[in-house]
Parts: sequence; structure tokens; C-alpha cells
Amino acid sequence: MRKLGTQEVEDIAMGAAVMASGGGGNPYVGILIAKQTVAEFGEITLLELDEVPDDARVAVSMGLGAPTVLVEKVPAGPEPEYALEALEAEVGHTFDALLPSEAGGWNSLHPMLPAARRGIPLLDADGMGRAFPELQMVTWSMYGQSASPIGVADERGNRLLIKTDDNKRGEDLCRGATVEMGGNISLACYGMNGVQAKAHSVAGTYTLCENVGRILRKARAAHSNDASELMEALRAVELFRGKVQDVERRTIGGFARGVAHLEGFDAYKGSDMHVRFQNEFLIAEVDGVPVCTAPDLIAMFDTETLTPITGESLKYGCRALVLGIPCAPQWRTPEGLAVVGPAVFGYEGVEYIPVEERAGR
Amino acid sequence: MRKIGKREVEDMAVGAAVLASGGGGDPYIGKLMALQAIDEYGPFDMITLDELDDDAWVCGSHMLGAPTVLVEKVPNGREGVGAVDALEERFGRKFDAIMPLEAGGLNSLLPFQVAAAKGVPIVDCDGMGRAFPELQHVTWSLFDIPACPAVVCDEKGDVVTIDAVDNAWAERLARNVAITTGGSVFMADYAMTGADVKRCSIPGTSTYCEVIGRTIRECQEKNVDPVPEILEFLGAYELFRGKLDDVSRRTEGGFARGYAHFQGIDAYHGKECELRFQNEHLLCKSGDQILCSTPDLIAVLDIETALPITTEGMKYGARGVVIGIPVHKHWRSERGLKIAGPRYFGYDFDYVPVEERVKNNG
Amino acid sequence: MAKQWRIGIDVGGTNTDAVVLDDKLNLVAAVKSPTTEDVMGGIRNAMAAVLSDPAVDRSQIGYAMLGTTHCTNAIVERKRLDRVAVIRIGAPATAAIKPMIDWPADLRSAINDQWFLVQGGHEFDGREIAPFDADEVRRIAKEVKGSCDSVAISSVFSPVDASHEKAAAQIMREELGEDFPISISSEIGSVSLLERENATILNAALVNVAKTTSESFIAALDAEGIKDAEIYLCQNDGTLMSAEYAMRYPILTIACGPTNSIRGASFLTGLKDAVVVDIGGTTTDLGVLVHGFPRESMLAVEIGGVRTNFRMPDIISIGLGGGSIVRRHEDGTVTVGPDSVGYKVTEKALCFGGDTLTATDIVVARGMAPGVGDPEKVAFLAPDLVDKALACMVKMVEDCIDRMKTSAGDIDVVLVGGGSILMPDSLEGVAQLKRPENFGVANAVGSAISQVSGQIERVFSLDKLGRAETLEVAKGLARDEAVKAGADPDTIEIVEVEDVPLAYLPGNATRVRVKAVGDLRI
Repeated sequence: MRKLGTQEVEDIAMGAAVMASGGGGNPYVGILIAKQTVAEFGEITLLELDEVPDDARVAVSMGLGAPTVLVEKVPAGPEPEYALEALEAEVGHTFDALLPSEAGGWNSLHPMLPAARRGIPLLDADGMGRAFPELQMVTWSMYGQSASPIGVADERGNRLLIKTDDNKRGEDLCRGATVEMGGNISLACYGMNGVQAKAHSVAGTYTLCENVGRILRKARAAHSNDASELMEALRAVELFRGKVQDVERRTIGGFARGVAHLEGFDAYKGSDMHVRFQNEFLIAEVDGVPVCTAPDLIAMFDTETLTPITGESLKYGCRALVLGIPCAPQWRTPEGLAVVGPAVFGYEGVEYIPVEERAGR
Repeated sequence: MRKIGKREVEDMAVGAAVLASGGGGDPYIGKLMALQAIDEYGPFDMITLDELDDDAWVCGSHMLGAPTVLVEKVPNGREGVGAVDALEERFGRKFDAIMPLEAGGLNSLLPFQVAAAKGVPIVDCDGMGRAFPELQHVTWSLFDIPACPAVVCDEKGDVVTIDAVDNAWAERLARNVAITTGGSVFMADYAMTGADVKRCSIPGTSTYCEVIGRTIRECQEKNVDPVPEILEFLGAYELFRGKLDDVSRRTEGGFARGYAHFQGIDAYHGKECELRFQNEHLLCKSGDQILCSTPDLIAVLDIETALPITTEGMKYGARGVVIGIPVHKHWRSERGLKIAGPRYFGYDFDYVPVEERVKNNG
Repeated sequence: MAKQWRIGIDVGGTNTDAVVLDDKLNLVAAVKSPTTEDVMGGIRNAMAAVLSDPAVDRSQIGYAMLGTTHCTNAIVERKRLDRVAVIRIGAPATAAIKPMIDWPADLRSAINDQWFLVQGGHEFDGREIAPFDADEVRRIAKEVKGSCDSVAISSVFSPVDASHEKAAAQIMREELGEDFPISISSEIGSVSLLERENATILNAALVNVAKTTSESFIAALDAEGIKDAEIYLCQNDGTLMSAEYAMRYPILTIACGPTNSIRGASFLTGLKDAVVVDIGGTTTDLGVLVHGFPRESMLAVEIGGVRTNFRMPDIISIGLGGGSIVRRHEDGTVTVGPDSVGYKVTEKALCFGGDTLTATDIVVARGMAPGVGDPEKVAFLAPDLVDKALACMVKMVEDCIDRMKTSAGDIDVVLVGGGSILMPDSLEGVAQLKRPENFGVANAVGSAISQVSGQIERVFSLDKLGRAETLEVAKGLARDEAVKAGADPDTIEIVEVEDVPLAYLPGNATRVRVKAVGDLRI
């Protein structure tokens, strides 16, 4: 058990932006809200997974919607608690601890708000070990846990309680509600006990994010562009260094899809890279050959400052270091690949091969 | 309490189309579901407001969404029941009776199947006395009865319980769920006590529908003109008889808006009449003279069959009798007019009851 | 030089008409012969009569077209129908209204009343309601084997996505045989599951009727010494379809009679846009020509007590014909019809020496019909009675013409049918009034002129392809249908494109209807 103060919160958010694999949105608003919450309600308690009692009652607190709305329509603060209350009214008890759904810019911070306000702990774990676009793309789904009942709330105080056997249907219903409720909503879902949380979550997410965030912070302070420490912390593989030539974007079914085209420099001169994304970066190809695919992570950094480059901020002229990061081992099973493998995102012909194997390690 | 059999259901479907005031969706699907439910459960039980206990626990039942979807993705019969079940679970209390939200159009008959499956009676009343496009357009809203908790249920048994900040938000959120789940859903909402039902509802609307339908049927069988009998029963006024010579519609913000123009025939020869509609008919005028306006009902009946012509069914050459039906007094209150009066729909004049307009216009 | 003359036969309620046209589509011979109870006998009689006309060279006849009431009669009489296995794909939705629930019980039992509800179907935007349950369909196929002659498959929102229907059809074929008759709803009707399902079931029930009709038509031609003629049946949009196509879509023959007369009227006058008024002995049918083809009805249509939504011509009928009975009432008013002496007008009407005052007597008394009956026999009629009756008849027709218009301007009108002598030379609201020669057999002429159509009606999401590209896709599908029905691909034109957005739905869900027409492939 340890405490998270404003510095830790900020490092977590920066690290989560890397783990978001290009998605998850700009962490800036989230950082400000989380820091303000910590200042107002005090430091947040973080529990290791093995510190959680078996009979603890745990729930996921998460946001859903468009990151671009968040930077404009800043949350009011109590939305995550409204959602939690809607869920509690249905299940008839309160929760002992919360955890995030994913390591994303906003979603790593979302559960901190109700945790700080209520004074309950967070778990050092999540359901993805990275970011994915949809509610059902979590290890809990893979192990057959139901997202439902799902509490949903907006900043006005409108609440929904959704019950469905199908986690994908839950995603659809929440995604639909997002539009009507103004683009960004809070959810409380995946209610579970301590045993399930320990068995089915990806462990250590907050600590990993915090480490990555701290490395980036220090590099920035030292004006260093040496990525070796970062790569070691992430067990990452360097995939490419290149300049963005072109970004093709389309919004399909509420998702920003597209392809970024990079022209190599340094050791990669003469090669081309294509990175395909759907909110998150999903497939990286060099000269037409896949070098990293979902569920492994693809992260891009500015070669000069090591600032993470998100899908939204990709544009012509960006000079990028592209890293491949091994995903949580749960995703590499047939069950895991059925939830988040390349085929799920529409890349039917692409076989999943772990990134380190592709790199010949 | 009385029994509602197949003949009554057939009659109600016709009457419901009259009270739909041109909109409300074709009652056909509701009728078929009700007929199948009679085969399965026997005739329905219907009670009057007087027969309802003050401490009885009652909720509204209806579909919400696009009627064009309902005619394709026909319900399985458990959606409406599932919604009521979930609402009962939420309150921890069983409902003693079910009531329709609106008497006009599709929703007039759907709740009968739900009540039969739940084994409870239907209350002979509703929240509109006609058809309106949205779920907050009920007399219950006028008396500050919340729609929420409102339950939405789809054909898979997925349930969404809505706790909205007001009834208009309940409408928006429910419609959103409807779109996500395929375009049409069933709901249970407006849970209230028998005392509130009596105080805030429009009484006798199902029977009203039935008598209208029966009158039209019997007149057809006897080969006499049903229009005078219907006018007498409804306390309604013949506003115009004419031939439709121009109609224009456009879809705007999810609503079918438009106007229809009639050339007078018989006693109205040489006169003109214009109808304005937005799903339902809202305004009837002849030249500058307003003959009838919302919330009073305007219906167009085919001159020969007296069957109602919907706004979608209006086409050049149709011959119709335009009638104005006084709406229930709940809608004539200040709050009622705020929700459903001419100004709410963007017309710059005050509401005058149809009977006064008829008197003033001579 | 191939044989290019054609024989056209149209079966009506009273008469069966037959015509022969030469290779330039000139009318060579025409006859009227009473329709018989078995229908086929009347067809044989009419065929024999027209072929015995000395002007006809039967060795030149290479095409034979038949517009018949076989299918309509089979439904109305509940006879000769196939036993149909009805499969609806839509669970968990749709169970609240079972298939065929509002059918007349005798019709339901005539087709064996056997139905199944299977998991699957789509949402309006093409998402699946539930995965298609192929195993269940296979089980059903084994169950119905031997107890059905034909299969009708419908699926929720198949006009948007027909893949579940098609998958089910494939399984049925695997289990029941490659040539087993299978009707799928997306090929029959548009959005509205129950009506489309009904039309599909009726279609499935008629497969054998269409087959035996074609076969006996071929046999009748054979008996008259006409071998190897290509056989076509008339569709209810006024075009033709090959015999094989008719066996897949027999329901499209229903109500082809009025459309034959509309197409014939267009051919005989050269008019492409007009109201066609067909006045017979008992009733007057009105239809509308739009770009040379009959306008379709937008409303649900009942056939034999079953509500359907497949394509039907927009026809209105009123009780006015040559045999309509004229009465003067005590208050001095005069009425015409709706009762009629029908085809007995030539014995019952006053001007033919009968005892009943009919509409024909009125126009004979007025001197409007030289050569009909004996004017002396009606000379005693009071002039005011004649005036009032005529005014009444004219008003009935004028009102109907007005009702068929879509806008207020005057419109061209073609008068056909034996009773068209009832009308004066001008009518109110009418620009030009035409009465073609041979107006009596316009329907048989309509059956013999040879164009072939293909039509599709589906719901597309314009968000996917955009409007222009979607319409192109739809046009291609309609062309394919026309070719399948027997059209010459080089002559196909798109004659009708309509796209109507479905209200209240996101994603620009739009109903698109396209019709393609070409000449018969010769």
C-alpha cells in the first residue's frame, strides 16, 4: 500500500499516455482535475493486487466518449460518483475499492476522482495493460465476467442503469448514450470480488505508468533524447525512426480510423512505415511487412524531446521514434486474441506474432 | 370491469386511428399483437377509473421509436413485459394495473398484450387523449408526475433504467437507447398510485376509441354516413369538406412537417382550407380564419368510408371531411397549453377552444 | 429469318381476348371469346379462333404471351396451392405476431399451416439482431422433408441485408434438392415484415400453379400446330417474364389484366403519360401511365384476404359499365349502377329489345353510339332523364380521373374497353381524350407487345457509399434482374428511380427503388 500525491498522479498520466498506444486522448485536462482532487480531498491510497481481501467488493470506474469533447467540456467532478451511485442502488451495497479499465490518458485518472472523494483505495491494476477502444476489450471479458449492471451518468445528474448479458451490447448502449448525454460520460461497471480482481486483472499498471512517466519527466528536464531507459522499463523494441509524410483520417462508426505514412531516416533510410490506427495504433508495417500488431503496443515519440505523439497530434513533418511494446501476457492466449487480436479490428489476414519474436529476439 | 374481445379490439384500432389526429403510427401491429394475446390469454380485463383503488400501483406501457422499424422488426411480446418486470424490481412492488400512454395510433393497443401477460387489468384511461410525438407530452407531466424511473427493454431482454433530471430528458435518453438497440423499444414508466391516475389522467379513452370504431363499422354495415354519428358522439365539429389538391411534406429534425390544401365541395364549394401538420395535424384554417388548432384534435376522415386519413396517406384527389374534436380540459390549462398549445409549435397566436371558434366563425 | 409474329392472350373476368401481331407489331387479327370456369378452355377457344383468321400465318408465330388469372383464382378458390414450409428469421424479435396470424383459416390450412421462427435477422442499419442459427434451419429442413412442396423464407430487415435469408435458402437446397422451390422475401416485397412475409408465402404456394399454367399453354399451342414458340407470362407492371422466371415469381402475375390494358392503350395511342379508363360491362378500371408504364400502388394490398406489400398497379374501380342499371328515384334524382346486367347487355338493354334501362340505352338515346342497338327502342325516354343519367355517368368518371391525378393540371386520357362509348368526346380536367381503334382488345395487345422489366426495392445506408454510388449499385441490380427476366441487355433503360429516406432513423437509411426495362431478347 502506498499513497499517490500530485507528482505521482502527473507521472501516471504521462506514462498512461504512452501505454495508450496513440489513443486515450490528451492527458492535460485529466491531470489538472486529478491534481485538484488530490489537493482538495488528500492523497489517494493505492493497493497492490495481493493486498486486496478476497471478499472485497470492487468496481471499475471509467469514462467513455470522445477525448476531444473532454478538452472543451471539462467534467464537473461528481459524474463518476453519480455513475457509482446508480450501480450501488442496483446491487444494494457500496464498493471497497475501485480500479481503472485501462491505462489511458483520461481513464487512468477517472477512478481517482471518486476514490479521493470517498476516501477508498485504488487497485494497482487494470483490465487492459494498455488502452483499447471498447468497453468489452478487457481481460475481465476474456474470463467471462459481465460488465453489467452498468451505471451511467452525465454532469447534469441524468443516470442510466444498463443490464445486458452481452458486454459488446453494453458497449453499444453506453456509446449511444454518450452521444445524447453530450459526448462524454462516466460509467461504473464490472462489479467483482477480490478473488476475481486478483485472478483476472493485469497487475501493476499504475506502477508501470508511473515509472514511464517519471523517466519521461527526467529526460525532459535533462533535455535528453536517450530512449534506452524508457525502452528498458517497457521491454520495448525499436521499430522505426522516420518523418511523417501523410496522415489519412476518416471517422467511421464513431471511431477515428486512418493510416499514417512515415519515411525512414538514420538506419531506416530508404524504408517506409505505415501505421494503421483506430483511435489507438493497431498495426505497424515496414515496407509492407508487419512489424508489430495489436494487442502488442505501438507507441510514437518525438525524436528530439521524447514527448509521446498521440493519434490526434500526428501530422506532416513529425519526426517519430516508433516503439513496439509487448502486451500483457493474458492477451497472447487464443482467448485473449479473440477479444483484441488483429482480426477483431478488421485485419483478417494478419497473424499475431509477438513483437519481440518479429524483431528476432 | 369488463372483457375486451376481438371485436372490441378491431373497433378500438379504428377509433385509435381517429384520435391519432393524423399521426401516431398505424395501429395495425398493435391490433395483431392484441388479437394473438387474446388467443393465448383469453379476453382482456379492463377497469374504469372508478373501479381503480386509490392505493393501487399503476404504470404506463408503450413503445418508443420509429413505427417503420416496428412493422419490420415485429416484437416478440416479452419486451413490454420485461420493462414492467424491471420497473417492479426497481420499486420492489408489483403493479396492480397497466395503462396506455396515448390513446391515438399504435400505442393505444400495445399495452393490452402486456397487461394480459402480466395477468393484470388495463385501466380505461391514458395520458394524452390523442397522440403526441414525445413521451413527456402527457397530462401526468402537467401534474409533475415523473416519468422516471423509466425502463426501456428490447427484444433481447436487455434493460436500461433511466433516472433523468426531467421528463424531457427521459424522452431524449430513451429515444437514444431505441436507436442503439435497433430503432424501436418498449417502455414502462410513470409509475403512480391509483389516486394519482384518477387525478391526472384522461378517463375512458379506450372505450372512446372502441365506440368510434364501432360507430364507423355499424354505419358501414347499414350503409349510412357515419360522420354525423361520430360528430355527435365526440361532441366534435365538422370544419370542412373538400378535395385535397395540394400536399407538401418534408422531414425536419425527425418530424414529418408539411401542409395540405383542400378545395371545398358540397356546402363548402368555393371555399378553401389548409391543414398544417408535424406528425400530427396542428392547425386548420380557411383563408385567414383559424378553424381549429392544437391541442384540440384535427382529424381527416374519408368522405365515403369515414376511415381516418393519416398525414402520410394524404394524396392529391382524396376527399375528406375535416373534423375538430375538443381536447380534454387538462390540455386547456395554462401548463397544458405551454406544452402542446399553438405557440409551442411555433404559431404566433393564442389558443381558442374549437367550440368557441366554431361559434365565433358562425 | 426467325419467326417474329406473336400471339397475345389476356384472360379477363368476362372475356378472354386474343390477338396476333406481325413482326412490325401491326394488329393482324383479334377475337373476344367468353372466359370459361377452368380458364384454360377459354384460352384454347380464343387461341383457336384468332388463329383461324385468314390473315394469320401461323408458321410465322415465334412468340406467345399470356396474361392470366390462374394464380389469382388459385388463391381465391384455395385450390391447387402448394404446401409451404414458412421460415421466419428474426428471433428473439417478432414472436408476438406469428406468421399468417390474420390469414383466413381455410387459406392457411390449404397451404398446410407449417411455420418456424429461427434466430437471426438484421437491424435497420445492417447490424445483426442475433447470429443466424444455421443448425436450426438444417433441422427444420429434415423435419419438413416430404411434408412441403415449397419453402418461403423471410428475415427481419432483409431489404437491408438478405444474407440470412440467402444462407437459409442455401441450406434448404442442400437438404431438399437443388431445384426445390424456395421463395425469399427480399426478392418479393419491401419493408414491413408481415406484409412481405405474406407475399412471399403466397408466392411459394403458387409455384406449381405457374408451372402447370406454362405447361398447358405450351400444350395448347402445340395442339394448334405452333411448335417451339417462346413462352412469356405477363407481369402486373405491364411487362413480360419468361416461363422460368414466372415459376420463381408467380405472384407477379396477379392483377396483370388491368396493366395489360394500360400498356395496350399506351401502345395504341403512343401516349406515355395519361390516365387510362377501361370501361367494361359492369365496372370501370382506372390506371395511370407514367413514362409508358402503369403507376404502382403505395398502399398495402389485400389478395384473397391476405395483406401484402408486393408491387401492385395503382388501380381504382367503380361500378359503371355498359350494362349499369339506370334508375329514376321518387325525388327526381337519377342514379347509374353500381348493379349491372353485365355481359347480358345485348339481350337485357332496352335498345337491344330487352326490359332494363342501362347506361348503354342512355348514350344510344343521345345518338352518341351510332351502330349500337336500335335508337327507335329508346326514343321514348324523357330528355331530362337522359341528361341527368349522362351527367351522372360523366361525373363518376371525371371524379375518378381527378382522383388519379397527382397534381391539379389537365391530363391526357385514353378510353378503352367495350363500354367506352358511354363517354362524350370531352371531359372536364382532361387535355386530350383519345379513343384508339381496336380499343376493345387493348388488353390483349398489351400482353403481346414485348418489353421486359427488372426491379429492385431495397433499403440502403447512404452513409456507406454516398447517394450517387448507391443509386448506381441499385441500377446495376435492376439491370441484372431485367436480363434474368429475358430482356436484351443492349436495350435496357432505367425508367424509374426513387429514393425515399426512412424517417426517424440515423445513418441515412433510404429505400431505393429502381426499375429497368428492355426489349424482349430475340
